[in-house]
Amino acid sequence: MAERTTSPEAMSRRTFLSRISIALTALAGAVVTVPMVAYLLSPLIKPTLNVWVPLGTVDAFQIGETVESVYHDPSPVPWAGLTALTAVWVRRVSQEEFIVFAVNCTHLGCPVRWVQDAQLFICPCHGGVYYADGAVAAGPPPLPLFRYDYRIVNGVLEIRTRPLPVG
Amino acid sequence: MSVTTIGNNIYRWLNERLGISTSVLPVIEHPVPETDWFYVLGSATLVAFIFQILTGVALAMSYVPAPNSAYDSIQFITHSAVLGSLIRGIHYFGASAMVILVACHAAHVFLYGSYKFPRELNWLTGTFLLLFTLGMAFTGQLLRWDQSAYWAVVVAAEQVARTPFIGPQLVELVIAGQTVGGATLTRFYATHVFLLPALMFLLIGIHLYLVIFLGISEMPTPGVPVDPATYKERYHHLLETEGIPFWPDAAWKDVVFALGVGLIVVLLAAFVGPPALEKLADPSILQAYPRPDWYFLWLFALLALIPPSIENEFIIGFPTLVVILFLVLPLVANKGERSPRRRPWAVGIVLVAFLSIGVLVYEGEIAPWSPLTSVEPLPASVTQNLKTPSEVRGAALYQNMACQACHAIGGVGGLKGPSLDGVGRRLTRNQIISRIMNGGNNMPAYAGHITPQQLNDLTDFLQAQK
Repeated sequence: MAERTTSPEAMSRRTFLSRISIALTALAGAVVTVPMVAYLLSPLIKPTLNVWVPLGTVDAFQIGETVESVYHDPSPVPWAGLTALTAVWVRRVSQEEFIVFAVNCTHLGCPVRWVQDAQLFICPCHGGVYYADGAVAAGPPPLPLFRYDYRIVNGVLEIRTRPLPVG
Repeated sequence: MSVTTIGNNIYRWLNERLGISTSVLPVIEHPVPETDWFYVLGSATLVAFIFQILTGVALAMSYVPAPNSAYDSIQFITHSAVLGSLIRGIHYFGASAMVILVACHAAHVFLYGSYKFPRELNWLTGTFLLLFTLGMAFTGQLLRWDQSAYWAVVVAAEQVARTPFIGPQLVELVIAGQTVGGATLTRFYATHVFLLPALMFLLIGIHLYLVIFLGISEMPTPGVPVDPATYKERYHHLLETEGIPFWPDAAWKDVVFALGVGLIVVLLAAFVGPPALEKLADPSILQAYPRPDWYFLWLFALLALIPPSIENEFIIGFPTLVVILFLVLPLVANKGERSPRRRPWAVGIVLVAFLSIGVLVYEGEIAPWSPLTSVEPLPASVTQNLKTPSEVRGAALYQNMACQACHAIGGVGGLKGPSLDGVGRRLTRNQIISRIMNGGNNMPAYAGHITPQQLNDLTDFLQAQK
């Protein structure tokens, strides 16, 4: 311990050793941490998938009716199971015209349910209510129900998927 | 050799190697000021955490964090595994106990001014422990993987999405992808069982080191403010003159209280049991009733009750503001009076916070703003008064056209809109028709999708409500 106070060389040697040890430890820490953090952030790196998926033949939807339909999500993990499905509300307005609604309430995303007799979408969370065309009828939702782009290809109704949060 | 001698020999052998008498005993017997019963809340929180670790390890032995198996594995734990229901029950009620205790501990430290000099870092590490405890509560709910848990995370994702600038990116990080699914479940699982517990172990270590290094705060005395220049000297003088050994003179209170908490948790687990699972999480089943567990139900209720115009700012701004206030508190208010008798604002804040949370959890439980999601049979007092066929048809319309979802008659129905008891006395026929057709005051307009016949029947029914 005597060196600490007496020899300036020993001091600088000690400072050097201490600094190099800290630097090497920090480097080792970074080598381990950076890949781990990048792995955690990886969902950001994957591109957002907006692809056209089929919902079914046009004839399966009655004019004037609103029904639930499901599609297979474009980006699930192999073990996604049931969660590979996403539901939508499909309203066939006329021969050629459809409205495909996201099921998520525009307030906070709870699934709205269609009440056929009342011709209303009702949200179970905070009291949002929408008309058949998706316009807000009551409650806190700031916007009408979100819609998907759709097209009809060879008699099949297709929609372009959108990620959560739909909006 | 007698048993005592053998025991003494073992102790001597261990002591030479572990330094029990020189390093451990001085720590657990270090002098502390005499305090009241509120000082047990911190140690009780720690005991609840240990409960969670032990039962969590047991649950992880059987839990499978994959969408096709998670639900089944919890059903297995609850109904088939040996003592599984008890373990899951302890984990569930232990979580509630931990949330309650950590909140009460924070309130007590705030009320007694214990966060003031030199214990600012105790408060700051404690703030993060409080946040991580809530994080554990939140990530734990999804692991049940039933409908309510699934949609509660969808709701959380929508709230995160309101963050300015980086909302969508944050959502992708939280749910680990573009939809709530398999990757979300594994991410929540890893966060719940590895990441957050590891951070909490680290912080608890620092928190306890600070408790030992700085000593627990003495009981606050009105008129004796904290002055950083003199506090440590005064505190050490107090310990020398009036201090008692932590073990066992002070610690017996901690032991008694922790035993009480443990007993309540185990009794609840044994006799009430863990919460029943709802249906399996399935994004294609839209008959869901998403609710967070009670720890976040107050926030859920608040989001229904605040004006929609300030919602965007509120969703992100309110939690951020609370966290900032917690972090800034010990830095700006670290000296002065500690006694709650001299700090009426502190007392007021704690009272208002606890009362509001209590009231909001209750409101969230009954959710009077929410339309009913099922059709309820009308009470006999209503059905026996139906005279004409059109009134009978009107009653069916009232139930099926979602009138009942928001309006109650005879105590049956939603609370969102006004009760329709006696509506036939209050409103004329034309007024009733006008309300149905035009809606207003947060009621949908039925014009356009109600036939004249239906309108007539429904009005007949409503007019009969005298």
